[in-house]
Amino acid sequence: MSNLTLIVCLLVVMAMAYQLGMVRSRKVATINPVQRMHSRPQHYGMMVALWAVLPAFFILVIWNLLAPDVIAALVQQSLPPEIQSQDAQAVAVTLRRIANLAANFGIVAEAADWELAAAAYMQQLQHSSGLMLTALMAAIAAAGLTFSYFKIAPQRRARHQVERVVKAVLVICSTIAILTTIGIVLSMVTETLKFFSFIKPTDFFFGTTWNPRFSTTGATDQGSFGLLPLLSGTMMIAVIALLVAIPLGLMVAIYLAEYAPAKLRNTVKPVIEVLAGIPTIVYGFFALVTVGPFLSDLGQTLGLTIRATSALTAGVVMGIMIIPFISSLSDDIITQVPKALRDGSLGLGATKSETIRKVVLPAALPGIVGAVLLAASRAIGETMIVVLAAGNAPALTANPFEAVSTVTVTIVNQLTGDNDFASPQSLVAFALGLTLFVITLLLNIIALVIVRKYREQYE
Amino acid sequence: MTVAETEKKPLPAPSKVQQKVQQSLARRQRQEKLFRGVGISAVACSLLLVALLFINIFSKGLPAFWQATITLDIYFDPAIVKIPEQPVQGAEESDNDFRERDLAWRSAVGMVNYNRLIQAGLEKVIPDALQHRRDLARIVTSGERFALRDLVIADPTLVGQTKTLHLLTDANIDVWLKGNIDRSLPDAQQQLSAKVREWVDQLAAEGVIQNRFSFALFMNPDSRSSLASAGLAGAFMGSLYMMLVVILLAVPMGVAAAIYLEEFAPKNKLTDLVEVNINNLAAVPSIVFGLLGAAVFIGWFNLPMSAPVVGGLVLSLMTLPTVIIATRSTLKAIPPSIRQAALGLGASKMQAIFHHVLPLAIPGILTGAIIGVAQALGETAPLLLIGMKSFVASVPAGPFEQSTALPVQIYLWQGNELRNFFEARTSAAIIVLLALMLSLNALAIWLRKKYEKRW
Repeated sequence: MSNLTLIVCLLVVMAMAYQLGMVRSRKVATINPVQRMHSRPQHYGMMVALWAVLPAFFILVIWNLLAPDVIAALVQQSLPPEIQSQDAQAVAVTLRRIANLAANFGIVAEAADWELAAAAYMQQLQHSSGLMLTALMAAIAAAGLTFSYFKIAPQRRARHQVERVVKAVLVICSTIAILTTIGIVLSMVTETLKFFSFIKPTDFFFGTTWNPRFSTTGATDQGSFGLLPLLSGTMMIAVIALLVAIPLGLMVAIYLAEYAPAKLRNTVKPVIEVLAGIPTIVYGFFALVTVGPFLSDLGQTLGLTIRATSALTAGVVMGIMIIPFISSLSDDIITQVPKALRDGSLGLGATKSETIRKVVLPAALPGIVGAVLLAASRAIGETMIVVLAAGNAPALTANPFEAVSTVTVTIVNQLTGDNDFASPQSLVAFALGLTLFVITLLLNIIALVIVRKYREQYE
Repeated sequence: MTVAETEKKPLPAPSKVQQKVQQSLARRQRQEKLFRGVGISAVACSLLLVALLFINIFSKGLPAFWQATITLDIYFDPAIVKIPEQPVQGAEESDNDFRERDLAWRSAVGMVNYNRLIQAGLEKVIPDALQHRRDLARIVTSGERFALRDLVIADPTLVGQTKTLHLLTDANIDVWLKGNIDRSLPDAQQQLSAKVREWVDQLAAEGVIQNRFSFALFMNPDSRSSLASAGLAGAFMGSLYMMLVVILLAVPMGVAAAIYLEEFAPKNKLTDLVEVNINNLAAVPSIVFGLLGAAVFIGWFNLPMSAPVVGGLVLSLMTLPTVIIATRSTLKAIPPSIRQAALGLGASKMQAIFHHVLPLAIPGILTGAIIGVAQALGETAPLLLIGMKSFVASVPAGPFEQSTALPVQIYLWQGNELRNFFEARTSAAIIVLLALMLSLNALAIWLRKKYEKRW
């Protein structure tokens, strides 16, 4: 039976066990009129259901983890000795061929007799493994059900048992977030270490040329994997984006928080926040077909050569994208500045703008810096806008009108090309990803610490 | 001193400081006005940018929902459509045998030269068609022959009858008629031959070629051979499967995690770490999740490349922090009196939370979940890394089959060589994506407005 049918069966058993438990607990309650039941009938039902299903489910999971390896090992032992004595990789290839044969997929070349025999043996093993699993699960489910069914008694604390299981599930779910982080770090670090076995870390971190050849040109000619041109492109675009977004976003926040009537504020704020919800691919397209040509024409009338896909194009559009991040975060922070500070300043005769510039903003500055750092980390990690609009030219340049390349663009290029997954040309994507992860993580942590400190200051 | 007295008293001569203040007042008020003006213009500028973006996309994309379509009387000539009779399952025939016969019949129907039918139809409306056979084949887009095949399969009695059909013209004809190419360009630079251009202009004037609403955009999968009939159906289904995975995984897990962290977790170093971790995870660049998916799901677990299920897993991990943070803030906003009342009446902590707190939190949780799903719907970068940018010319039948997603389809289309045609079509795809996302967001806002409670 397939796993899906087994799971469906388990769900059916669960429903039945729940009913059985409930009915039984009601009966027990009527038999013992003196002693009150500890828990409600639903709890007894749930207890029986969990006893019936959970152990069987664990068996299913463990079986699925172990069975393929056990079967493969058994099949391998059955192979002719001359095949078994080959190196590990050749044996693995043979086993994959046999697995394909057993699953009735096609394989390359004619299958040898011993291969067919092994495939038949594998099929037989898989079949009996399935039967054994079904039988085992049925036995365990039945045992769990009967055990807990006859345990139903007034003093049985069913609710405690059920709640403990629920709590365990909640705990497991909340560890997923940690597991994700661990997964990110582990996967990146292992792949990056593989990359560093090809390329020296110093060549990667301090190299000034980016020119990864195709992996087909052979292992002797690795190409150069210098991070600096990519990093400079990333930083240039992020700086341009911040130059666009900070003045606009901050002024919007100040105006909405200090001047705007409530009605205007309630309509403008959501409209600007729409900008944050637009997918980045849309911004990229906008940059490519509208902003880029516009800037290029503008440059022509001013006598400048601006490429249509350049750091400037990508930066300006990314700036538009992060306006709402800066404006809504700064808005929150400005409104948190205590009213007493404002009143004191206004009472001394300062105008509203003087109050804002000399009292409110300095008080809110740490928080605003935090907001800007968060926006910067967003800009550094942004991918689609730069993939479409930055021009993909990995060279060290200080000219924002030229095409550049960024860390994120290069990750996409290296992993979506026709490169072998184990070649340095692909693995470098993970080294770049790790760099990106560390940079954004640092920015985020600094920003969060600043914002939190700031909050404490006025609470 | 009363008010009257102060008024009577003559003002003392202004001191130097006062004079200075008086003189600077005008300047300071000017500054105040200027500052205010800068604020208003910043707001106006931001609104203008929002408007510009939308006007730009809509003005480019809306025309693409209507495509140049030719109306032809197609005669299903029995001399050309020579097909055997459709098999009917016999009483003692097994399902397998019947399927084999049916398949053979279908492939026989597929072998028919439907282009001949279309050309015959064209000859009726174009007088000098026979002299320019090669040009004639350029008018109707090549994918429409499959539309004819599907008609015959659906209704074999069509053979021998004449039917009026609306067929999509070639993409270049659409470009020509919509004026998206410079008509004064010399022949060498035109995509269409002079003869075709002449015919098309005339047919458009006669009303044989008209702009009709393009259902192909919604019903067809992507296509590279017949650009005019490339559609979003495949990408849409891919996105739908991914969103299902996100809804089934990220939402329940996120809610469960938030309940634990907010209601049960002891306040210690470990939970602090989890909290910091979740906040950071929310700000990790999306492409890093793509790398995680490529290394873990595809590299270690050997899940299939380009499958919506992998995309869904990656997007779930990405959405999880959003859902957790939204749920926690909703739970935080529910007053402790509710919990205390339930506990006071003898409910266990679990009962208090699941029976009393959670139902009150559902609107907030739903809002957060919908916003998270909308975010996931628009995400592109991580999907590129797990192979979803490959060209898929069919509608995926399940979450384990190859497919693309709506934002990835936009990425693929913007790179198509036939820019004149695909710039509009990409914008149309963007409109579809934005419409989906904005309606999800509107739903979230509506839910919040409708069920929001201030305690």
